[in-house]
Amino acid sequence: MSDASISTNQTIRPGEAGFGDYFALLKPRVMQLVVFTAAVGLLAAPVPVHPMIAFSSILFIAVGAGASGALNMWWDADIDAIMRRTSKRPIPAGKVESGEALAVGLGLSGLAVMMLGLAANLLAAALLAFTIFFYVVVYSMWLKRSTPQNIVIGGAAGAFPPVIGWVCATGTMSFEPWLMFALIFMWTPPHFWALALFMRSDYDDAGVPMLTVTHGRRATRVHILVYTVILAVLAVATGFMAIGGPLYLAVAIALNILFLRGAIQIWQRDEDMSEADNFAIERKFFRLSLWYLFAHFGAILAEAALRPWGLGGWS
Amino acid sequence: MSFNHEHEIHKRRFGRNLGVALVLLGFIGVIFGLTFVKVTRGDFELPKIEAQN
Repeated sequence: MSDASISTNQTIRPGEAGFGDYFALLKPRVMQLVVFTAAVGLLAAPVPVHPMIAFSSILFIAVGAGASGALNMWWDADIDAIMRRTSKRPIPAGKVESGEALAVGLGLSGLAVMMLGLAANLLAAALLAFTIFFYVVVYSMWLKRSTPQNIVIGGAAGAFPPVIGWVCATGTMSFEPWLMFALIFMWTPPHFWALALFMRSDYDDAGVPMLTVTHGRRATRVHILVYTVILAVLAVATGFMAIGGPLYLAVAIALNILFLRGAIQIWQRDEDMSEADNFAIERKFFRLSLWYLFAHFGAILAEAALRPWGLGGWS
Repeated sequence: MSFNHEHEIHKRRFGRNLGVALVLLGFIGVIFGLTFVKVTRGDFELPKIEAQN
C-alpha cells in the first residue's frame, strides 16, 4: 500500500493520538480552576510554604484533577458522544481509545497522590485520593445518571482543591478552608443549572437526569434562586471570618448583588421569554458565575497577600 | 506522491514523543527541586542506623 492510499481522515489507530489529544483528556479548563482555587487555599493558609513545595503541591493537585477528568471521560464516553457540548472530546471524536483514557487516568491518579504525599504531607495526599474517588465513583459512576441532585452532591469534588491546598501548607484541618469549600459547593448548582437551561437538549438526549429534565424548568429556576440566596449569605458572611477582610467584603457584596439580580431575573422569566432572546439572561448569569468565583477567590488571595503589611483581614 | 513524503501520522508521533520527553524532563526537574529543598531545609532525616555510622 502506498502512502497516497492512506487517508488522513480515518479514525486514529490506538496509540496514534497526538500529545494534545491525551492532554485534552485531563480537562485543561477544569484544571485551571483547580490550580487557582488550590493555590488560593495554599497561599491563604497562615503557614508560609517554600515556593518549590507550593509549586509541586499545586502541580500534583492539578495532575490529580486531570486524572479524574480522564477517568470521567472513560466512564462517560457513551453520553459524551451524544451531547453536542462534549462530542468533540478525544474519545467520542475517535482520537483516543477509552482503554487508553482509563490507563492515563489510573496512572496519573496514582502518581499524583504519591507525589503529593512526598511533596506536602500524607493528609493532603489522602484528601486528593478521596477527591478523585468522589468525582469518579460517587459523581460520575453513581450520581450523575441516577439523581437530579447529581450536580449538588457531585459539586463537592470540585470544592476540595482549596482544602487540599490549605492542608498542604498546614498539615492539619481547620475551619477556614471549609468556608472556601462551601463557597464552591454552593456555587456549583446555580452555575450548572443555568447551563442546563440553555443546553437543554444535550442532557435530554443523553438521558442525564438534570433537574431541568426530572423536575421541569420552572423548578430549576426556583432552585437557582434558592441556592443563590444561600450562597450570597455564605459569601458575605465569609467576609467577617479569618480569611476575609474589608476588600473581600466589598467584592462579595458587589458581586452577590449582581448574582442575586441575575437569579431573580431567571426566576421571573418563563420559557417563552427565554426563547425569545435565546436565553440571554441565563447565558449572562452563567458567564457572571465564572467571574463570581474568580473574584471571590482572588479577593481571599489579596487579603492573604496584604497580611504581611498589616493591611489584610480585620486586624 | 513520493514514498519519502512525511505523512501526517509521523508528525503526530514526533509531536507526541516530544511532548512526553518534555513532560519527563519537567518531572525530573520537579523531583530534583523537591529533593534539594527538602534536604537543605532539614526536612529529610536519615534512618537511625545510617545516622549512627
